Amino acid sequence: MPVVEVSYSRLQKLVGKVSKKQIAEILPFLGLDIESENKDLVRVEYSPNRPDYSTDFGIAMGLQGLLGIKTGSIKLKIKKSNDYGINVKQNVSRIRPYVTGIIAKNGRLDDKTIKQLMAMQEDMHFGLGRKRKKSSIGIHDLDKISFPLIYSTTDRETKFIPLNSDKELSISQILESTDVGKNYGHLVNNSPQTPIILDSSGTVVSFPPIVNAAITTLTPKTKNIFVEVTGLNKDDVEDVLSVIATTLQFAGFSLVSAKISGGKNSTPKLENKKLEISIKTINQILGLNLSPSKIVSCLKKSRIDATIKGKNISCSIPPYRFDIFGGMDIVEEVALGYGIQNLEPVLSPSKILGNKNSRSEKLKALSLTMVGLGYTEALNSSLTSTQILYGLTNRDSQKIISVLDSKSQEHTILRDMILPGLIENLSRNIHEPYPQKLFETGTVFFHNNPIDEKISFACVSAHKDSNFSEMKSILQSVLKTTFNLHLETKTSSDPIFEKGRTASVIVNDKTIGLIGEINSKTINAYKIRVPVVGFEIQLSGLIFD
Amino acid sequence: MSQVFHDIEKKIIRALQEKPKQTPTELENITNLSSDQIRRGIEWLRLKDIIHVKETTDSTIQLGKNGLESFNHGLPERRLINALQTGTKKLKDLQKELGSVFGPAMGLAKKNNWIETKNDEVFLKNPPEKIPGETLLNKIGENTIKSEDADKNELYVLSKRPDFILENVIKNKEISLSKKGHEIKLPVPVSTTLTLKYSIKKPPIDVEAKTPKVFPARTHPLQDTIDEIREIFVTLGFTEILGNLSQSSFWNFDALFTPQDHPAREMQDTFFLDGISSKKIASADQIKKVSESHKKNWRYYWDINESRKMVLRTHTTCLTIKHLAENKPDEAKIFSLGRVFRNEKVSYKHLVEFNQVEGVVVGKDVTLRNLMGIQKEFYKRIGITKIKFWPTFFPYTEPSLQTMVYNDRLEKWVELFGMGIFRPEVTKPLGITKPVLAWGGGIERIAMLKYGLDDVREFYNNNLGWLRSVTKCQ
Repeated sequence: MPVVEVSYSRLQKLVGKVSKKQIAEILPFLGLDIESENKDLVRVEYSPNRPDYSTDFGIAMGLQGLLGIKTGSIKLKIKKSNDYGINVKQNVSRIRPYVTGIIAKNGRLDDKTIKQLMAMQEDMHFGLGRKRKKSSIGIHDLDKISFPLIYSTTDRETKFIPLNSDKELSISQILESTDVGKNYGHLVNNSPQTPIILDSSGTVVSFPPIVNAAITTLTPKTKNIFVEVTGLNKDDVEDVLSVIATTLQFAGFSLVSAKISGGKNSTPKLENKKLEISIKTINQILGLNLSPSKIVSCLKKSRIDATIKGKNISCSIPPYRFDIFGGMDIVEEVALGYGIQNLEPVLSPSKILGNKNSRSEKLKALSLTMVGLGYTEALNSSLTSTQILYGLTNRDSQKIISVLDSKSQEHTILRDMILPGLIENLSRNIHEPYPQKLFETGTVFFHNNPIDEKISFACVSAHKDSNFSEMKSILQSVLKTTFNLHLETKTSSDPIFEKGRTASVIVNDKTIGLIGEINSKTINAYKIRVPVVGFEIQLSGLIFD
Repeated sequence: MSQVFHDIEKKIIRALQEKPKQTPTELENITNLSSDQIRRGIEWLRLKDIIHVKETTDSTIQLGKNGLESFNHGLPERRLINALQTGTKKLKDLQKELGSVFGPAMGLAKKNNWIETKNDEVFLKNPPEKIPGETLLNKIGENTIKSEDADKNELYVLSKRPDFILENVIKNKEISLSKKGHEIKLPVPVSTTLTLKYSIKKPPIDVEAKTPKVFPARTHPLQDTIDEIREIFVTLGFTEILGNLSQSSFWNFDALFTPQDHPAREMQDTFFLDGISSKKIASADQIKKVSESHKKNWRYYWDINESRKMVLRTHTTCLTIKHLAENKPDEAKIFSLGRVFRNEKVSYKHLVEFNQVEGVVVGKDVTLRNLMGIQKEFYKRIGITKIKFWPTFFPYTEPSLQTMVYNDRLEKWVELFGMGIFRPEVTKPLGITKPVLAWGGGIERIAMLKYGLDDVREFYNNNLGWLRSVTKCQ
C-alpha cells in the first residue's frame, strides 16, 4: 500500500478547528492507517484506489467531511478559456495518443506544498499510471511557457535541458545516461520517434513519459501552474487529471481549462457522474434501518452529494472518485459516513450446520497415532531448494518444478517429496537429545498438465540404534491402527536410501512409497552422527482421493 | 533428623569420609562414577553445604618453538652481537650470516642503541652485558617449570615474542567435607537385589533429587492452532472445502476482479510456476463474462494467456470463488484453510509460505453487521475480546473492513483478518446472485499471539528445543 507523509500542524490548518488527537483518532476511519509517527510528522498508508489521499490536501478534504466541518462534494470550478491550446499531431497516435491538461492560477506554493505535489505525482505514476505506462504527469510553471502547445513526436537528436540537469542533452542521451531514461525508456523504445510537447516558440516543455524540461520546474515563487497528463487511454488520463485538478483547487488555485484538440483528443469535461441506488439495498447490505435523509447526510460526510428520489438515493459523484463503479461502492460510502465504529456487530441466525472434511479428519487421526508412537510433528514449506531436495540426497532432479524470480534462495522449487526436508530438520538438531523422531504430512507436486498435487506422509527416526525393522514396525502399526491397512515390503532401491536396505511399500498390490535406512552419504553430508531410518508414502489414492 | 541423599551423593560422602581431601579425578576413581555424575554430585552437595570446594590454579611454563630455537642457538640479538664481535661488517654479509633472524635482531639492537650503521656498514656501539630474557631462557631450557619460579620481568620480555613461551594453566579443585558433612552418618549400603527379595520395608530414596528430562511426542504447535480454528469454524456452522495450492491466474486473480496489470500480479509479489500454463482454466461462458467485466471496468486489453499462467495461490479466496461459481448456492457457510504463498523476503514477520483461513456466508439477507458479528464471535473463541473494525480496501470486496485486535504483550493494536462483501463485478459474471460475506487472514499471526512468538520463522524451523519446550495450553 502506498504511504504519504503529512504533518499534523498542516492538516490542522487545512481542516480547521480540529485537534491533533482528533485527527489521529479519525484517520483510520477514513481507511487511512497510521504507519508511524514522529512528533508532528505522520506517515499514513492509503488504499491504491484513493489517489486523492496522496496529499495532505486530499486527506484534509476527507477529514473535513467525516468531522462534519465541510460536507458534500467538491465541485470543480473551471473557467473556460481559449488561451491555453494543446494541439495533438497525428504522428503521436501510434506511440502515446492521449494528452489532457489544466491551468491552475494564483495559488501559493511553499516548499511543503511542492513536496506534497511531487509525492502525489510519484505515487500516481507508480499506481494508477502503472509505472508511467498508462499515464504520466508533468507539472509546470505556467509563466515559463508560451501557448499554444504542440503534442507531437520528435527524433532522438532533439536537445533540451531536462529536469535535474544543468546542460543540454539529446533524447538519446537522456534515454541512455539518466536514471529516468534508463527506468522508463522501454516505454518509448518501440519507435524511432518519441513523444514531445513543444510550446509556441518551439521550446521543449516535456518529453513524456520520461522527463520535463528544467525550465518549467516549480519553485516557491511559482504562482501559476500548468499540468499535463499523457497516456494510452482518454479516460485514464482524465481520471488522473481530475485528482490533480481537485487537489489544486482545494490548495487555493483557480482552475482554467486547457483547450485540447487533434486526433481523438478533446478538452476534458471533468463532470460529476450520476448514480442511483435503492434505499432498501443500502439498509439491507449494512444491516441498518437508516432514514433516507440520514443516508444523504452520511454520503455528504463522505463528500458525495446525494438527494432522495422516491425509493432511491441519487448521487452525484465527483470525477476524482473514479473508484466508484456502482451501487456497492455507494453502500461503502454510506458506511464510512455513518462511521464504522458505530456499526454494532451482530450474529445472524442460521440453520446451516457445519461439517468436517473427511480428509482433514483422517490426517488428524494419523497425527494422533504417530504421536502415540512417539513421533513429533514437523512442518516444512512446500517451497524448498534444489540443495535440500536433490543435492544432498543425490536424487534425480529432472522433473523439477521451479518458481520464477524467488526473493529467497531457500525457496525456489516445489517439493516432490517430504523426506529430504525431514532429514534437513534432523541436521539442525544434532545438539538436541536423541532419539529424535519426526513425521510430517503435506502436499507434494508433480508435472501433469499442468500440476498434480498429492498428500504425502513421511517419517524419520534418528538415534544410535535406529534400524530398518523399527521403521517398518512403525509404518505397519500406524496404517493398521488408523486405517486398518496391511502392508508388504519388497526389495527396491532409491538414491535417498542405503543400497540393500531399501524397500518399496505395497498396500493392496499397489506401491505407495519407500522405506529404508537413509544413505550414509546423505547422513555424513549433513553431519548427523547417528543412523537415520525413514519412509514416505502417498496418502492420496490410499485413504482419500 | 536424617537427610535423604541421592546415590551419587552418598558415594561421594563415603569416599570423603575415608579420605578427607580429594580432587574430582580421585573421586571418580574411587566411586566409579562418571565425571559428569561427579560434577553434578559436587554441585548438589556444595549447595546443601555438605562439602567445601577449594579452587586453585597451577600454572607451568615451557619454551615454544622459537624459544627452543633461541635456547639452542642464542637469541637473535645475541647472535648479531656475536657476529659483530669480530669487527665491522657489511649489511649484506650480515644478512646472509644471520638469515631469518636478521630483521628482528637489527630492530632490537638499533632500538637499544647497541649498534650503529653507517654507509652499509654495521658496527657495535654499546653492547649490553646481559640481554633481558636470556637468563630465564637458559633456566627453562628443555624443562617445564612453575610460573611462580620465573622472574616476572624476564617472563614478560620472553612472552611478548611469538611462540617463545607456552603457558599451561591447570585448575584444581579440592573437595573436603564441611562440619555438617562430617556429622553425616550414612547407613551401610545394602544390595538392591537383596532388598527386593527379602525386605518388606524398602529403604528410603531421595525423592527431592533432580531427575532426567523426558520429552513427549506431540503435534506441531502451529498445527494445533490450525486444528483449533478448524474446530471453531465447524462449531459456528461452517463446512470445510479443499483445493489445490497451484492455481491458474484466472481463479487466483481474474475471477476476483484483479486487473492483469495490477502490481499484485507481478513476479515480485507472486510466485509464477516456470513455464507452466493451464489449458483448461474455466468454462467458455465464465471466461467470456469475467473478461468483459475487466474490459468494461478497468479499460485494458484482457489477455487469456495471462490468465492461463499457473501461480502458487496468494490467498484461499480462489478456492472460495471457484466453489461458489460451480455450485451457485442460495445459502451457504463454507471455509477453507491452508497454505498460501507470497514472493517476499523472509524475515521475522514475513514468510514466503504461510497458512490462511477464509470463510464465506452466502444468503439473501446477510449483512455487513453479520460479517462483523461472525468475526467478533470467532475472536472471542480464540480468546481475543478487544477488537475494533477499520475500513480498508481489497480489489474484490466492497465494503471492505479489517479487524484490529489489541495485543496485550506488545501493548498495541495489530491488524488481523480482512473482510468484505464480494463486489458485484466479481459475483455477477460468475452467476452468483446472492450477497457473499467473506473474510480471512493469516493463521501464523494468531499462533504468534498465542505462543508469544516475535519471529514467525520459528514455526518452520522444526527446532526440537522449541518444539519440546513450548507449552500446549497458552
